[in-house]
Amino acid sequence: MTAPAIHIEGALHRAQSLLIDRFAITFAAGGWSALLGASGVGKTSLFRLIAGLPSAALLDGQIAASDGAPIGPRVAMMAQDDQLLPWADALDNIMISARLRGDLLQPDHAAALLSDVGLAGFERRKPAQMSAGQRQRVALARLLYEDRTIVLLDEPFSALDVMTRVATQDLAARLLAGRTVVLITHDPAEAIRLADVAWIATRAGILPCPLPAARPPRPPEAVSTLSSQAALFQRLRLISETGAA
Amino acid sequence: MMQNLFHTLLRGLVVLLVPIAGWQATVTLSGIPQYILPGPILVAQSLWDNAGLLWQNALWSAGNLGLGLLAGIILGIETALMLALSPRARWLLRPMLVIAQAVPVFALAPVITLWLGYGMPSKIVTIALVTYFPITSALFDRLVALPAGLVDLSQLSGGNPCRELLFLRLPHAVPGLLSGLRLAVVYGPLAVLIGEWVGSSQGLGHLMLMSNGRGQTALMFAALLVLAFLSLCLWLAVEALSRWATRLLLCG
Ligand SMILES: Nc1ncnc2c1ncn2[C@@H]1O[C@H](COP(=O)(O)OP(=O)(O)O)[C@@H](O)[C@H]1O
Ligand SMILES: [Mg+2]
Repeated sequence: MTAPAIHIEGALHRAQSLLIDRFAITFAAGGWSALLGASGVGKTSLFRLIAGLPSAALLDGQIAASDGAPIGPRVAMMAQDDQLLPWADALDNIMISARLRGDLLQPDHAAALLSDVGLAGFERRKPAQMSAGQRQRVALARLLYEDRTIVLLDEPFSALDVMTRVATQDLAARLLAGRTVVLITHDPAEAIRLADVAWIATRAGILPCPLPAARPPRPPEAVSTLSSQAALFQRLRLISETGAA
Repeated sequence: MMQNLFHTLLRGLVVLLVPIAGWQATVTLSGIPQYILPGPILVAQSLWDNAGLLWQNALWSAGNLGLGLLAGIILGIETALMLALSPRARWLLRPMLVIAQAVPVFALAPVITLWLGYGMPSKIVTIALVTYFPITSALFDRLVALPAGLVDLSQLSGGNPCRELLFLRLPHAVPGLLSGLRLAVVYGPLAVLIGEWVGSSQGLGHLMLMSNGRGQTALMFAALLVLAFLSLCLWLAVEALSRWATRLLLCG
């Protein structure tokens, strides 16, 4: 499993209007990239283009993997709402993609992943019988079952309470190590904790964002984490006030 | 548990007995003639006296109803699945579905009787027709309303449309099928009556017309009661099915 880097360059449009002006960015191979930016700037639209899903936006430019192979079939995605099937239990939810393809099911492997995310014994629980944090961990196990090299996370932790969020972030950082992970977030703390590389999307383009020297996942209470967080917060505020960098 | 059962029974008894007592009181106090409104005692008497006749006609109506419902449900499910799978079928048939919802299909009963005669076929077709459309559209509406996140999931997983239909759309559409069934068991008995009123030599609707014509109002009421009982049983069956399916789909 060699995870490629992803290069994107161009400008993002929606209908006749410009969403993000010309930019060129790289999501690091086998590492975590954070994509920050105000709500509505076009982050989700860009994600859908990367994944090859129907998107209302259009990229005047190109998206390419560093190894030149197509990206779509190597992508797994996780969104803010967990997108679990309400009628299926945890195991069936984890294996749903395999079932949709008609692949041979591996319930033992699914159960092992479920216990990796700390939910051993939850095999037969349905989503309605789990907390938001537990559901998000089932979604993480489903992502791992797919075993794709490119992982797109669209604000996956934003609906969780702070302590659950920190725990789920650590879990995801550990279990997704080695893959090319792109994380959309509006939370500066999350970007500072998890990212190897971070980008800030604005109407004027996508700007690089400095991070602490320590390797992620960085402890949320460390001074360097907190001061970077403060700096990023200041910068985001400046951007939202002036409309650009 | 026992306490609960007792309360349910008690409530049922009260709900049943109070209107019946009111009915009897109205008849006794107002002096309405029997051939306009027979009292419940008279109707019960008629039920008892004509048990054989009622049973025979009820059997015929219930048989038609069962076969008609079955045909309507199976064809409805099949059509909805086909529409969900094929954009071309959708393009062709969807307008018809919309029109059928706006036009009272019941009005076709005389035409169907004209074409198929007074026997069972015309009854079964009428019943199937009026249940077919609500089943089709209720199921189809849910089949195509798969949440966007699940559509993405399906596309990213690289599955085929048939498996998507079977493992995502169909389970998601079960509530739609259930609401279609609820409509079907209301429309079905209505179609029985209308079909038999338009022209039939058997059945509860036929019996109602006959006894009305002969001034046997109590027998007409008895036939009506039997049909109401039949509808109630169907409705209870659908309710039970719906509760079972909901529990199966959501937890446990
Ligand atoms: N279905 C839609 N209909 C109309 N406008 C939409 C739709 N989806 C997104 N948009 C618009 O497209 C822009 C980009 O949306 P999105 O990519 O979801 O932003 P982000 O994920 O950064 O919050 C927004 O301005 C939003 O209003
Ligand atoms: Mg978004």
